[in-house]
Amino acid sequence: MRLDVNTFLGSYPFRRVPGTSPDALLRAMDRVAVDKAWVTHLPGIFWRDPAAGNPWLYETTERHDRLLPVPAVHPGLNGWEAVLTEARATGVPAVRCDPMYYGLDPTGAEMQALTQACSAEGLPLMLAVRLEDARQRHPNDRAGELPPWAVRALVRSDPRVRLIITHADRPFVEEVHFGSTPEESSRILWDICWIWGPPEDHLETLLRTVGVDRFLFGTGQPLRLPEASVAKLDLLDLTPELRQAIESENALGVTPSAARGPKSRSGSAPSRSLP
Amino acid sequence: MGITVHVASILGSWGRTSPIYFPSPPDIEYGNDCLLALQRAYPTRIRGYCVVNPNFRSHAQAELKRCLDAGMIGIKLAASRRATDPLLDPICQVAAQRGVPLLHHIWQHRRREYGGQEASDAAELAELAARHPKVNFLLAHIGGGGDWIHSLAALRDQPNMLVDLSGSGVDGGMIEACLDAVGVERLLWGCDLTIDTGWAKLRYLEHLLSGSDLELVRWRNAARIFPSTAFSAD
Repeated sequence: MRLDVNTFLGSYPFRRVPGTSPDALLRAMDRVAVDKAWVTHLPGIFWRDPAAGNPWLYETTERHDRLLPVPAVHPGLNGWEAVLTEARATGVPAVRCDPMYYGLDPTGAEMQALTQACSAEGLPLMLAVRLEDARQRHPNDRAGELPPWAVRALVRSDPRVRLIITHADRPFVEEVHFGSTPEESSRILWDICWIWGPPEDHLETLLRTVGVDRFLFGTGQPLRLPEASVAKLDLLDLTPELRQAIESENALGVTPSAARGPKSRSGSAPSRSLP
Repeated sequence: MGITVHVASILGSWGRTSPIYFPSPPDIEYGNDCLLALQRAYPTRIRGYCVVNPNFRSHAQAELKRCLDAGMIGIKLAASRRATDPLLDPICQVAAQRGVPLLHHIWQHRRREYGGQEASDAAELAELAARHPKVNFLLAHIGGGGDWIHSLAALRDQPNMLVDLSGSGVDGGMIEACLDAVGVERLLWGCDLTIDTGWAKLRYLEHLLSGSDLELVRWRNAARIFPSTAFSAD
């Protein structure tokens, strides 16, 4: 199975992006042989209340069994705990918060509270480092990128929280990984969409140094071509077992049981890396 | 991946003894010599762009003659001098005389000066292209980061500018926007520093384009703009 943990539905405010409807996403998934996808409501990231996009996301994913919702939580708005409770009850694989887009201190009291609440609910917390290359962003798209020290601080703030970080590049991953204890690092997972493949071989390097079990198949589609994540795996010399770990098992290992399905393994896998 | 021919350049010593984008004459010769050696070692797989630094006018002219005579098939300008500068004109005149294309590194929508290079953007390259209508200019690289929408708007009406798809950028909608701006006959496939993203864009093109149009992007457009003897079989 190939599971894409990093996809979006809905329009992007800063440029025209084709293929943002559910049907278009499903067609793109077919094109690159993705079986299931975790999806975020893209416009909501830019709304003052990002969780206002969650009802549409739940309704849409309810109609498509290949799509699983990753709802947004804004911990600076009253009632955010109920959003989390609803997410847990709905059986989502993770919730997301993008503090830089929400105008929150990425390590402030609100984020600390959300981190602890996610831990208590057993829900992984997803954060994106960026959505677009900083060099091409719209002049009014001024939110900063998620800094690596924020990830280090958040994973230290609760001993059980699991973080899923998307759109991180090699220097970001290395700074967080080697700036954390092995135990802390074991609770952070990274999607591969922004990590370079050959000839720089950033992904191959990270699979050796950080470990195969820390990486998830993600594409960032439709903001990015999903072919890129498939191509960088195709260009690696991975055993079927290791590829399967990246393409689905690592993600299924950290999601709540309601989001996994009956045949998925649970819990942490033993640490593996490329020889 | 199925790449038949690499058309490559080597930027001096890549920063070892002079800056990547401001290579010294000795480093330029060193880089070009390395590429000529690769071209000789793999005559059907590797072909070269001759790198020059326009600030060293006589050296640039001599290096162009030396490398094009030795079989290089294009000219590479990185970011040693703004594309609008008259110092680039003698280089473009050589391109016209020898019938070779000129690949120019650009920074998409340059809003200021950047350290380490005297970057140009597509609008600035378009000025140069307008002064030299007989030369084909390759805008490198539309996926190389930056505001590619600004670039596409700048080159839409400049028929001797072609877009190469290389770079790490794999934005959804970028290839469709390229096709809308310049059509299938002014698109060239390339990788630059990230082969995986180049391959991804090619895979996506296979879903977008018909067989004959896809062939244009894969190689026929390149075969058209490079010298007729550039590739052993087309």
